[in-house]
Amino acid sequence: MPKSDIPSARTVLSVADETPTVRTLEFEDAALARAEPGQFAMVWVPGAGELPMSVMVSDIAGRAAFTVRTHGPSSRALYGVREGGIIGVRGPYGNSFDAKTDSALLVGGGTGLVPLMRLITRLPAGARIGLAMGSRTADEVLFEGRARALAEKREIRIEVATDDGSRGVAGTAVDAARLLLDSGRYAAAYTCGPEPMMAALVGEAAARGVPAQASVERVMKCGVGICGSCCMDDRLVCCDGTVFGGDYLASSADFGRAWRSKSGAAVPF
Amino acid sequence: MAASLEARVGPLALPSPAMLASGILGISTRVFGRLLDAGAGAVVTKSLSVEAWEGYANPTVIGAPGGGWLNAVGLSNPGAAEFARMLRAEPAVPAIVSLVGSEPGDFARMVAEFGGCNVIAYELNLSCPHVARVGLEVGDDISLVESIVRATRAASGVPVMAKVGLGTANYLDTVGAAAAGGADAITAINTVRAMAIDAEAARPTLSNAFGGLSGAPIKPVALRCVYEIASRHDIPVIGCGGVSTWEDAVEFVLAGACAVQVGSALAGGNMGVFGEINAGILRYMERKGHKSVQEMVGLAKK
Ligand SMILES: Cc1cc2nc3c(=O)[nH]c(=O)nc-3n(C[C@H](O)[C@H](O)[C@H](O)COP(=O)(O)O)c2cc1C
Ligand code: FES
Repeated sequence: MPKSDIPSARTVLSVADETPTVRTLEFEDAALARAEPGQFAMVWVPGAGELPMSVMVSDIAGRAAFTVRTHGPSSRALYGVREGGIIGVRGPYGNSFDAKTDSALLVGGGTGLVPLMRLITRLPAGARIGLAMGSRTADEVLFEGRARALAEKREIRIEVATDDGSRGVAGTAVDAARLLLDSGRYAAAYTCGPEPMMAALVGEAAARGVPAQASVERVMKCGVGICGSCCMDDRLVCCDGTVFGGDYLASSADFGRAWRSKSGAAVPF
Repeated sequence: MAASLEARVGPLALPSPAMLASGILGISTRVFGRLLDAGAGAVVTKSLSVEAWEGYANPTVIGAPGGGWLNAVGLSNPGAAEFARMLRAEPAVPAIVSLVGSEPGDFARMVAEFGGCNVIAYELNLSCPHVARVGLEVGDDISLVESIVRATRAASGVPVMAKVGLGTANYLDTVGAAAAGGADAITAINTVRAMAIDAEAARPTLSNAFGGLSGAPIKPVALRCVYEIASRHDIPVIGCGGVSTWEDAVEFVLAGACAVQVGSALAGGNMGVFGEINAGILRYMERKGHKSVQEMVGLAKK
């Protein structure tokens, strides 16, 4: 199924509330249904904007989904699309996580858990899975049941962190991840979420000799390597990423430190 | 003597004739370094304005039905002073700085910001087709073009190129005015004003409704413009519009261009396009017995 660069209209077939501020919208799209974990689509809400979204898994064949937190103008508009509403999608774009490992530690903050859910479906049949998930409050904990279901028969151990300590460890996903990392049972770490959290995780993993991969987010206009808005050092997050290896990230001048605003000016995290 | 890829744009000597077009990957000096390593003869920055601009809301860049791309980025840029700060930190990266503004004073003020930067030329954007009061609206005002080029020329110690496009004025008159103002070269063309409408959503797809068409679909138009300019005016021309292969680059040179710019062909992370164009031109030169790019310029007209 070739990817499309032209926004293609898709009807939203179902909308599910995940938390008080997060919803999952499902639709049919053969190419996005087969997206790899870490790949993204550019999602157009007619009249309200277009934004990059990691492609969420669906339980129904031929379907894909987006899980969106209402936040800025475009995400608020996508969050507000009802069943039967129309969105435009193009993609999938970018590279993906390398899932070849027998024991994976997944570390996600908020909707950064989306590519990690797809990653669970790509991990080998016998793989051992650790999942550290961070959210603001107990109400906002996301995908706990979904992760267990997607793991099927594989061992999965979940640790939760909340910013306010209302559930699990008080802190970020990294604080939850430390409990799993220290067990020494995971050979590879995968992360997606707020960049300072990911930068901390990459450091913690490196300190324990565990190779890490992170799916990075930047301002995206084109999604295809033309506009430059997504630059990080000399890389383009939209086509050299979104997934980068820990060795490069540890040497990066920009990762965890600065991103480019819509004007292209460097902004510190 | 083996064939040489060196290109001459008026007083400017470039290691190869294919440069990066303005607005393409144009905000990172680190990315510029990568493109120069990949074989780009030069890099042109995003068009810079006196103040920082956010540009339009997404969708700003989409694939065009029938090929190529539609964009209405809205000239987002961090502003000339901020960009000069980035360039100053990277003295090993030579850049052609693209400027956009409404009046001569804007351009002179911006040139003054680039002291201590490795700027090898300026390119004046007189041709962006989707932002009010700048770009093509300036290019369509023939007397303004001459005074802007003259003011930039007076302020700048390096060559000044004027980038023209297809607006409401006869673009050949814009070229004439730029030449009269002292332009060292002309870049032709910019994107062609265009739009897309989504039938299901029943509305324009770009947030700005109007944008510019780039890529393969505009190549025959750009080639015609280069041929016409080179026939009517005695000024170096840089061909831009739909260059994606070495054949495209050679055709522009044969039409009268001394160099070309590459934009949309970089889509999909295709930075290797510069190396492929360079290698293809060299093979062509060897096969045809040409020693320099310069001796091929305008051969299709002879
Ligand atoms: C996303 C995008 C942004 C652009 N931004 C600028 C710009 O800031 N200044 C400018 O002079 N031209 C700009 N252009 C026009 C290109 O420099 C070039 O003239 C045009 O795309 C045609 O070349 P191509 O077919 O190789 O892309 C832009 C084009 C695109 C696609
Ligand atoms: S989003 Fe445009 S280059 Fe990456």
